[in-house]
Amino acid sequence: MKKVLKPLIAVIVLALIPWVGITYGKLDYLFAIVIPYAAAAILVLGMLFRLVDWIRRPVPFNIPTTCGQEQSLDWIKTNPLECPSNPFMAAMRVLSEVFLFRSLFRNTRAELYGGPKLVYGSYKWLWLGGLAFHWSMLIIVIRHARFFLDTLPLPIELLETADRFLDVTVPAFYITDAIALAAITFLVLRRLSDEKMRILSLSTDYFPLFLFGAIAVIGISMRYVTKVNVMPVKALAITLAHFGFDAPEPIGVLFYIHLFLVCVLLAYIPFSKLVHMGGIFLSPTRNLPNNSRAKRHKNPWNPDIKFRTYAEYEDEFREKMKKAGLPVEKQ
Amino acid sequence: MSNKYALKPDELKKEFEQKKPRLLKGEFAGKDWWDLPVEFRDGNWCFPAKPEVLDELHFANPRKWAATDKDWQLPAGWEKTIRDGMKDRLKRFRSFKVFMDSCVRCGACADKCHFFLGTGDPKNMPVLRAELVRSVYRNDFTGLAKILKDFSGSRTLTQDVIKEWHMYFHQCTECRRCSVFCPMGIDTAEITMMVRELLNLIGVNNNWILAPVANCNRTGNHLGIEPHTFEQNIMSMVDDIEDLTGVRVNPTFNRKGAEILFITPSGDVFGDPGVYTMMGYLLLFHHIGLDYTISTYASEGGNFGMFTSNEMMKKINAKMYHEAKRLGVKWILGGECGHMWRVVHQYMNTMNGPADFLKEPVSPITGTKFTNAKATKMVHIAEFTADLIKHGKLKLDPKRNDHLRTTFHDSCNVARGMGMFEEPRYVLNKVCNVFHEMPENTIREQTFCCGSGSGLNAEEFMDTRMRGGFPRASAVAHVREKHKVDSLVTICAIDRASLPALMRYWNPGVTVYGLHELVGNALIMDGEKKRTEDLRENPMAGFEEDDDDE
Repeated sequence: MKKVLKPLIAVIVLALIPWVGITYGKLDYLFAIVIPYAAAAILVLGMLFRLVDWIRRPVPFNIPTTCGQEQSLDWIKTNPLECPSNPFMAAMRVLSEVFLFRSLFRNTRAELYGGPKLVYGSYKWLWLGGLAFHWSMLIIVIRHARFFLDTLPLPIELLETADRFLDVTVPAFYITDAIALAAITFLVLRRLSDEKMRILSLSTDYFPLFLFGAIAVIGISMRYVTKVNVMPVKALAITLAHFGFDAPEPIGVLFYIHLFLVCVLLAYIPFSKLVHMGGIFLSPTRNLPNNSRAKRHKNPWNPDIKFRTYAEYEDEFREKMKKAGLPVEKQ
Repeated sequence: MSNKYALKPDELKKEFEQKKPRLLKGEFAGKDWWDLPVEFRDGNWCFPAKPEVLDELHFANPRKWAATDKDWQLPAGWEKTIRDGMKDRLKRFRSFKVFMDSCVRCGACADKCHFFLGTGDPKNMPVLRAELVRSVYRNDFTGLAKILKDFSGSRTLTQDVIKEWHMYFHQCTECRRCSVFCPMGIDTAEITMMVRELLNLIGVNNNWILAPVANCNRTGNHLGIEPHTFEQNIMSMVDDIEDLTGVRVNPTFNRKGAEILFITPSGDVFGDPGVYTMMGYLLLFHHIGLDYTISTYASEGGNFGMFTSNEMMKKINAKMYHEAKRLGVKWILGGECGHMWRVVHQYMNTMNGPADFLKEPVSPITGTKFTNAKATKMVHIAEFTADLIKHGKLKLDPKRNDHLRTTFHDSCNVARGMGMFEEPRYVLNKVCNVFHEMPENTIREQTFCCGSGSGLNAEEFMDTRMRGGFPRASAVAHVREKHKVDSLVTICAIDRASLPALMRYWNPGVTVYGLHELVGNALIMDGEKKRTEDLRENPMAGFEEDDDDE
């Protein structure tokens, strides 16, 4: 499976770069200050470019995919979320996709039986796995705010407390760590175990999963196993948060691998399928209201097309029309 | 049913038996999709457009060729034409660009496509269908991917790629079922529309699409019916209606000053069983005394331009408003059709509006304002009839359809490109007594295509059509076994043309009906004679000639 091995090797090689750089090259400053700023800049500018690049392209037609009853006669019950009739409900529809993966919730699995007969079973594992992965990642990212801020805002503190309510290890165990690892494992195995998924997956589908996996495993091992000294990490994070350039105190190489892989991920986002985090907001099948018969949608480049007019038509068929008793404009 | 373009049903059943429970057909271990060969054989490609059709349309590269040819005689510089065409469309359609960029290949769409379920061909998984283009896009329009070709799954544009596009973008009926399940809302129909536009730029095309387009441009309808024949055909239906019911309905043609212009697909005027649906419309309009006219010029509801290019779609559609304006009608009423309604609902007003010369549609019988159509000023017949029934304006005897045990097939475009689910069901339940839904994953927004939509209803395409229609047929078989359903009711002219063949193949004994045919059966007309037969001259149960207590 070259498609799987290549990205795996790529992640291992990427992980070795800071290890060599820190251990042999003493390049702490490069990996602690220069690369993180560069990666953040690439992420922000790259995503901005992508978003602007999408938004400046016109949406010539109003093409929502309608997944429920449209608004029509008063007495017919409509489905405002799946078939929004105004921009507000269309926005709700997009948000339900972003936060709840609503379309994925519909997922089914087709099975072929004798007869032949097709049967469709509910198949919510992809929805559950995807949701678990994205939400745990989001919470983990938010949790990391504790490194970057002097005082933690109350909502983040509450979130963090909730995340470690299973107080079973020292330091306290975060549930999202386990969920994230389980979800990543599921998402990889899913691609490997189903023959349809094996054919349609590319190396670029495995690469980000392996990258996320490596980042999570190293992060977890720093917290629970090697118990990295947090003070210099926090100092560095505060420096970065204040756009400072002070050289960091010595930190373990494991931390630098973690940080470098995160930087690779950030820089990779704008140039890969991970841009879907922006694309979902701009999908014309989801973000437009289904009101095109009630309100005219404008196409900025609506072409001028010469069509065959009635007069031309009558000119060709006038005699036949007259014979058939059809009214004509000119005798 | 058998012809040289399709396997015999038993042979195809055997193929399914052998591969079950797998959906894929063939072995793919260790293979990349881009290495799988593209094989054209009898039954999986449509004949290309005839040179004279292309000449008439001023389309590129008229020549005689076949998909099975080794050399497709592509015009000089075709690579540049495709590349420039892609660039131009990426610029003009945000949808195309976003759909190229944001697929994560989660695979949710994989087993949602009727062509994949029927053929087991991995390149019929919607995600791979799109990857056929994305792989070229990544190579030509993104930076990094080009360097890491294998890693990113990009490839160079070659004639083999064009052959692959031709095959697989003509094994997509633009039904949008995959887009219902896509977490990014990626719509393969949109991608197919783009690729078909591109292919037309280099003369890679389908006669079953372009011949109707040329016809429609010249005569006003896809079937190429000239005005006198169009009128004669409808008048012969008027005679048939009189024979059956004793009532003479009185349609008018190209009449100025009528309140409403009625436009329906020409299949309803010329094709069996569409003509029975047309007879239903004629009876309905007579029953309520509607002031309407039918145009021989805007005599096509459907729009095969949609399967060609957005410019052609606009050109063909323009006749509707042009004729409505000339005749001075107040608004337009549209018959039962699938893609026609996607065009009318989502494109018409944008392309050819604003229709300021028309009035906001109001039902002259019930006074209901169709506010949902206030800008486009075109109302769907199912909306119109549902409103009539709701207000008690129709005298109906649903017992007259007791000889039919019905189910309802949602047409893809009306379902997923318009959102009309309840109106036809309401009408159907008021005009017949026996109705059973197919399984929930095969109806409404999850409805399965007939397998022949978007201009793929060609005879020579039979093998792929029968495979693509298999999921729909399987759902019909389910209600036939469970509820003895024998009548498949639709609101789409392509369905009426294609589902009979599909039913003969998979479910012999199931007949295909239009919704308004059943309305026509059930209508109690003023001054009618005793009805014993339905519009097809089949005896109605409980209305036999010598049965006194009906």
